[in-house]
Amino acid sequence: MATVSELRVHGGRRAELVLLGLAICLAILARALVDYHADYLVLSRLGVFAVGALALAGAAHLVVRIYAPSADPVLLPAVFALNGVGLAILRRIDYAYAARGRETDFGGTQTVWTVVGVALFVAVLLLLRDHRMLRRFTYTAGIVGIIAYMLPVVPGLGVEINGAQIWISLFGRSMQPGEFAKIALVVFFAGYLVSNRDTLALAGPKVLGMRFPRPRDMGPLLVVTLSALVIMVAQTDLGAALLFFGLFVGLLYVATERISWVVLGLGMFAVAVVAASTIFSHVAARYDAWLNALDPEVYSSGRSEQLVRGLFGMASGGLFGTGLGEGRPDLVPFAESDFIIASLGEELGLTGVMAILTLYLIIVQRAMRTAIGVRDGFGKLMASGLGFAIAIQVFIVVGGVTRVIPLTGLTTPFLAYGGSSMIANWIVIALIMRISDQARRPAMETP
Amino acid sequence: MSQISITLLRLGFLVLLWALVLAAIGVLRSDLYGTRVITRGRGRNARKPPGTRAEKVAAPSRSATGVRTGAISTLEPTAAHLAVTAGPLKGTTIPLGSAPVLVGRAPTCTLVIEDDYCSSRHCRIYLDGDRWLVEDLGSTNGTFLGNRRVDDPVPLNPGEKIRIGATSLELRN
Repeated sequence: MATVSELRVHGGRRAELVLLGLAICLAILARALVDYHADYLVLSRLGVFAVGALALAGAAHLVVRIYAPSADPVLLPAVFALNGVGLAILRRIDYAYAARGRETDFGGTQTVWTVVGVALFVAVLLLLRDHRMLRRFTYTAGIVGIIAYMLPVVPGLGVEINGAQIWISLFGRSMQPGEFAKIALVVFFAGYLVSNRDTLALAGPKVLGMRFPRPRDMGPLLVVTLSALVIMVAQTDLGAALLFFGLFVGLLYVATERISWVVLGLGMFAVAVVAASTIFSHVAARYDAWLNALDPEVYSSGRSEQLVRGLFGMASGGLFGTGLGEGRPDLVPFAESDFIIASLGEELGLTGVMAILTLYLIIVQRAMRTAIGVRDGFGKLMASGLGFAIAIQVFIVVGGVTRVIPLTGLTTPFLAYGGSSMIANWIVIALIMRISDQARRPAMETP
Repeated sequence: MSQISITLLRLGFLVLLWALVLAAIGVLRSDLYGTRVITRGRGRNARKPPGTRAEKVAAPSRSATGVRTGAISTLEPTAAHLAVTAGPLKGTTIPLGSAPVLVGRAPTCTLVIEDDYCSSRHCRIYLDGDRWLVEDLGSTNGTFLGNRRVDDPVPLNPGEKIRIGATSLELRN
């Protein structure tokens, strides 16, 4: 037994400002390097970008300073750094495609989405003064989340792009409702588990030293597994299903401290995956491409071509990378979205990718630390849920690209091209910052 | 630009990236080491004669003494924080100022206890002059100070155990 007592933690706004400065320098340098290698370095344009980036970071910092003064100091710089590097690599990919005669504007579009994302970050901090208010919308959020996940299957609304039915078309623009559904589901899971965790944690028989839940309490887990399966089968979207399921099992574990839920969850998922891979051919093809990626037959049939090209790209990057603007990221299909990590691995090398993964680790660690610090159960579950969402997403997509797990399409938060993902992840960061403000604020300031 | 300056810029970018990561970790250090863990070892128990009160509850209040860094200098000398010693929130401490602490199930409370035996606004712990008082806010299952049920405001001394459902609280200095 030991006692744990907390020392005072400073608000850290000054540290945040210094780190933000570093992050913006990083973004500007990245862009300058990319432009230079494309022979497109115009100082006035770079200046506009620099001023814009500084203004954006400054605005976000000021809002945090005023409306969430005790919030975590490293989240915002880490996100700005990721976002800045992401914009630079997208611009790099634009140049690479342009050299091959394909006109794209990923960098420009993504810059607009970044501005929208920061605006929504600010809006969430301004409008949501207390995260506990979200608990009132527990079941609303659950229904909204499920509906949003199902929307792309609705005929007429859903659009199939690149073989996955996860987009809907609204006002001529396609968007991925699943990215927003993830936030709604975290709110739902947190609200549901905080009221029901006692039945899930305490009742049930003990087998092999683990307390298993009673069969009648397993309803929610079954419902969630079935929905995940439906999503997986109907939308051909393994990634979202994994995220959805991992989120629930993770939160169930945090809420109940029962390892048996994780065992049950993983067991059910394993059964579901095996069943899916025997019944559906496209799932089986994914496994084949993963296990036998370097088999000449599988490669030449095109099934593992993208994956292997990504691996070759990362291999040519080596330890320190070819340098921004000096690689050939355009050789990998979808270098701008699913395979953004392969592009980064090629141009920044293992060293750069490690730094980027560490930035994600820092973000997730801050979410978990927030969950430990905050004093209400709902906030704890919500912060850990949002942390899990980012962690699982990064694991699935980076694991897929580096051939640790079968490849599934998911967006890399803040890096990959995509407006929905960018906006949704900025909202996630705003929510974590709001909870962390609550967690780190000295109790005497609350009435 | 010459090849060497390009190479330097390329590596400089990686250095800057890691500088940011390491600086962020540096900022976190204070937070990572922001808790002090004191093991309740044999030495401590041997020095203190057992038996004044239940050992489990008395020990943490002694070991936490003197840990505060003094950043909150406006605190009353009587008690520095409210600690949860049993129940789902065990281990949580709330630094006390002069503001009252509201305990209950409602999400707006300072300390939110998820317990079927806890009312939404269960009890209030507040400062009166230089001593802390605990007052029941008409809860269904009662607030207990030791074995007595609290109705009107009762003075609360450091180390005395307040029980609400499965949760126990105590003041510590």
